[in-house]
Amino acid sequence: MSQAPQKDGGSPGGRPLLSVRELSVRFRMSGGREIAAVSDVSFDLAPGECLALVGESGCGKSVLASALLGLLPRNAYVSGRALLSGPGARDALDLLAADEATLARTVRGRRVGLVPQSPAAHLTPVRTVRSQLAETVRELTGRKRGELAEATLAAAGRAAFPADHLDRYPHQLSGGLAQRAATALALVGDAPLLLADEPTTGLDRDLVERTVDELRAHTEDGCGLLIITHDLAAAERIADRVAVMYAGRVAELTAAADFFGSPGPRHPYARGLLDALPERAFAPIPGMPPELGDLPEGCAFAPRCARASDACATVPALTGGVACHHPVTATDTAQESGHDIATAPDTDGTPGAAGPYGTAGGDDADGTRQPEGSRA
Amino acid sequence: MTRPTPPALELREITAGYDRAAPVLRGVSLTVGEGEAVGLLGPSGCGKSTLAKVAALLHRPFAGTVHLGGAPARGFRHRAPRAQRTAVGVVFQQPRLAADPRLTLASLIAEPLRATGRRAEAAGRTEELARSVGLGGDLLARRPHEVSDGQLQRACLARALALRPRVLVCDEMTAMLDASTTAALVAVVEDYRERSGAALLAVGHDRTLLERWCDRTVEMAAGAEAGTALRSARRAPADTSAG
Ligand code: SF4
Repeated sequence: MSQAPQKDGGSPGGRPLLSVRELSVRFRMSGGREIAAVSDVSFDLAPGECLALVGESGCGKSVLASALLGLLPRNAYVSGRALLSGPGARDALDLLAADEATLARTVRGRRVGLVPQSPAAHLTPVRTVRSQLAETVRELTGRKRGELAEATLAAAGRAAFPADHLDRYPHQLSGGLAQRAATALALVGDAPLLLADEPTTGLDRDLVERTVDELRAHTEDGCGLLIITHDLAAAERIADRVAVMYAGRVAELTAAADFFGSPGPRHPYARGLLDALPERAFAPIPGMPPELGDLPEGCAFAPRCARASDACATVPALTGGVACHHPVTATDTAQESGHDIATAPDTDGTPGAAGPYGTAGGDDADGTRQPEGSRA
Repeated sequence: MTRPTPPALELREITAGYDRAAPVLRGVSLTVGEGEAVGLLGPSGCGKSTLAKVAALLHRPFAGTVHLGGAPARGFRHRAPRAQRTAVGVVFQQPRLAADPRLTLASLIAEPLRATGRRAEAAGRTEELARSVGLGGDLLARRPHEVSDGQLQRACLARALALRPRVLVCDEMTAMLDASTTAALVAVVEDYRERSGAALLAVGHDRTLLERWCDRTVEMAAGAEAGTALRSARRAPADTSAG
């Protein structure tokens, strides 16, 4: 049995597998325009834990994944740290500072397995699944020709890819099987960190469930799973903790059971997102997310937020798992549910309070730097 | 069952696909009553998108007939008479495949108006349509690559409503969108239907969504998930009555 996942909103105990601190990504556009795709994101991921990063398209969650893999375009400027621990203390590696050669040789596929968003695009169209899988097995495990066939079969089996479909080409596969082929490729290197970027887009509900269950199963061996998705039902199904992103920032980071169950989300945006589900109120959040190139001062959700006040003109720090000056409190929840719970402390006017990461919120992009090495 | 008015959309014994030897659909019938919202559920590859295209007169079936407001469709694709073609509005799953990348969102929304010679009307109507889907300001001057999937899908929905269709076909309209944008687009469709009395055929695989959204849902039989889409043929909805 692996280390039990942390159930509160803070950073998990023990040594995290991945420790992200103040990660920011800026895109410099022509004409001097700057896009704040990711701002000040901090979180930890423990071995055996599943963290779901949720939010609407354009909230920065996929950019964050690309940053961790060193797959950002050239006009991206990254700051912060993303420490990936290894078996020994010396093996710890800052993914944001590593050069492309290191990432290509030792990280992608070996220490971080990527389950991609569009498996069809990830697979080579002119080669059969067997040949692609065999090549990856040879590359990552060094298996010799004699054992390769068997190892390939085993690799397919781990992602529940049917052996009788191994000789097919990607275009001959259904969406679900293409996804499993891509997952099989991601699992070959036995990477301790699995990063799944919208792995269920376009799949039927049963397949969504099967795909995420299979991904979750790999955490049983102590693997950490970071799943990026806009599918809240999928997140609810497998995540230990949930991080909700809005306009490039983490709005709320909390235990999945608290988030989807009781007391529910505390950030007004997170609450609105959950309420929009057809099995809940099916009510949209008014308005649309702001442009990442033209963010409002202060809290980016303020123009859409019913709880906004003057205090919201400063960016709220992530404090106790929620980045909001007026989070939905236990009292609010009690009014809905009829429970009588002590009022949660008011965080008004204390945006500088140290969060779980010991940092105050801020919108300071000055520390932005380009990591060493090419990002091509 | 007798109805005072003919159904908005009637698909009779449709056999369709891309290869006559192996049609994706065989003998499928489906009726959407006047003002009714029907959800068509089924796994991917079962042929429900093909049926949606047939209903929107965008795909010619091998056999069977389509009736719109009681009148048989007299052609498909460019052969469909204008009055029938414009009576059906359609929104697809992937806005990026359905939008000309060179057009601004405003031109995209106005496309059907210009194509039917309503240039004079276009400016005012475009703004009204854009507002109804929550688009405004400088977004309308942007091109598809400069907006999010959700914003582009809003524009595609506005385009589908431009000619005030009697039937709206939404094929996995929200499959790529987040919960809030999904709820927002469904609200736009329902608002339009309330005002116009239009019927809806919503195709998708999300049961929770379609059951919440539609008056009734129709199920296409689940096929083998393995193999290619064309192998999962022979579908028949479990419920083909007009309800
Ligand atoms: S900080 Fe203010 S505007 Fe932002 S979510 Fe909280 S209450 Fe709303």
